Amino acid sequence: MAEMTQNERATYKANLDVFSGTLQDLASTDRTILVVTSDSRGSGKLVPFGQKYPAQIVEIGIAEQNLVGVAAGLASTGKKVFAVSPACFLTARSFEQIKTDVAYSDNPVKLIGISAGVSYGALGSTHHSLHDFAALRAVHNLIVVAPADNFEAEHAIRLAAETDHPIYIRFGKKAMPYLTEDPSRRFEFGKGSVVREGGDLAIIGTGETVYPAVLAANRLENVYGIRATVVSMHTIKPLDYELLAKLAETGAPIITAEEHSIYGGLGEACASFLLQNGFRNPFKIMGIPDEYTVTGSQIEILNHYGLSEEGIAETGLKLVQKQA
Amino acid sequence: MTDKELALKSVEYRRKILKYIVEAKAGHTGGSLSCVDILNVLYNHVMNVSPENFRSPVRDRYIQSKGHTVEALYVVLADQGFFPESDLLTLCKYGSHYIGHPTKKVNGIEQNTGSLGHGMSLSVGTALAAKLDGLAYRVFTLLGDGELPEGSNWEGALLASHYQLDNLCAIVDKNGLQISGPTTDVCNTDPLDRKFEAFGWEVRHVDGHDFGALKEAFAALPFAPGKPSLIIAHTVKGRGISYMENQLKWHHGVPNAEQYAQALEELEEATAVLR
Repeated sequence: MAEMTQNERATYKANLDVFSGTLQDLASTDRTILVVTSDSRGSGKLVPFGQKYPAQIVEIGIAEQNLVGVAAGLASTGKKVFAVSPACFLTARSFEQIKTDVAYSDNPVKLIGISAGVSYGALGSTHHSLHDFAALRAVHNLIVVAPADNFEAEHAIRLAAETDHPIYIRFGKKAMPYLTEDPSRRFEFGKGSVVREGGDLAIIGTGETVYPAVLAANRLENVYGIRATVVSMHTIKPLDYELLAKLAETGAPIITAEEHSIYGGLGEACASFLLQNGFRNPFKIMGIPDEYTVTGSQIEILNHYGLSEEGIAETGLKLVQKQA
Repeated sequence: MTDKELALKSVEYRRKILKYIVEAKAGHTGGSLSCVDILNVLYNHVMNVSPENFRSPVRDRYIQSKGHTVEALYVVLADQGFFPESDLLTLCKYGSHYIGHPTKKVNGIEQNTGSLGHGMSLSVGTALAAKLDGLAYRVFTLLGDGELPEGSNWEGALLASHYQLDNLCAIVDKNGLQISGPTTDVCNTDPLDRKFEAFGWEVRHVDGHDFGALKEAFAALPFAPGKPSLIIAHTVKGRGISYMENQLKWHHGVPNAEQYAQALEELEEATAVLR
């Protein structure tokens, strides 16, 4: 996938920036909004929030287990608690606190995993979260969300603030263009969003892989005349089975694309549903293979593993040609 | 409540703990018997919590970090009227809400626990909320001495003093035994008082079976303004039943018919002596 131009970068914001702005907006009228961070105020783009609403931000220090446990205690008193920490640490170091203190105890903490996937690029595997969907999908009573663009990011945060339910939302760091300017666009947890329609192929992305999926679909149509549907499956759990069935019923090949291990994430969740419901569409899971990732920037890593306009288009072409 | 009334209540609680453990054929007997006097004093003498005010934002909170001794908590909550005591006949039985660790499905229980080392952070968050909201409620958490090697306890302890949570009181049920042996042999956490003091807490030692001493300690909270309080309650695992006291096998031992009969006799005698 090509790097964005300077102009494009100026126009679009990172979902993380949208998160921070939306929280400020919410806090302006809701004193129960409380942000809890583990020395992640800067990386979470929360410095302006802290300056504006110092009484609504709590610093825990670098102690993610305590971050989640304390957040659960705070949330049990009726506060709308956003626990913000790098996704890699939040969902691994404090996995048991998520399982027990948040989900099992049903404390409606909003867990915000920042700089998710391979956003930290060359900082390496300690800083990558390629396990979070897999781990958290297996935890009962937790919504798992990866917004694709600024629209989905903003609505996910607003909905999270309203919902009295444990939730995990992960964000990347890079600027994300709007997937569509459609004014009728809606966002609802558990309902995938069709951002482009075509009958030859379905590409299901989540989070920051949806944009390259759209570019890949455009390329397939322009170069090969292959028309692809693209879905933003922003909610990994609960998964939108209705939409999946609708896509599968056409018989068209299906690709899933995620900034996550090929094990246990969006792809395997879709495969499980399709297989158990009698669908036998040609199917390919695109993600990070079971290895320590190649060194590089986020874009370089995604390109390396084919999670790019070119890579997704190539996979789509092969599947369609094979089916024909 | 007088010390004598509390003492009589504890005998009754011990009788019920054994009754429901025998009925369930499961339970953490020794630890329930070591902590029950502390729970007795908390619920009958110290905390502002009852079935009537349990949804009130200003109620005192109790979070049991050593969740496995839930049988003690169940009998105390039943006595307080949070649920009918007969519910406990379903303890650990198929489909029951009364499982072997605390869950919020049971009226009166604040948080689900069971995995050790979780009560401290939950309590810190709950106490911090009171400070942020300017509310006067207090938070009590009961820790086992065996769970203290869990690092999350110390993360929470550090933050509690950072935020000057003098509305937080942790009690260590220091019965000295855990499933593998004496706590000092498994992973020695002594000197516990100096460790917590170094973390910014104010610490007191108390005999965890002395009602007067427990009442006095709780009455002195917070031990220092601006500091969280720790009560190190020196207790006896299996307390009250001669053959269980300080015997490791009663960590989760269930008495047979003969042992149960002897235990009931001993509790009868204890009641007679108190009267």
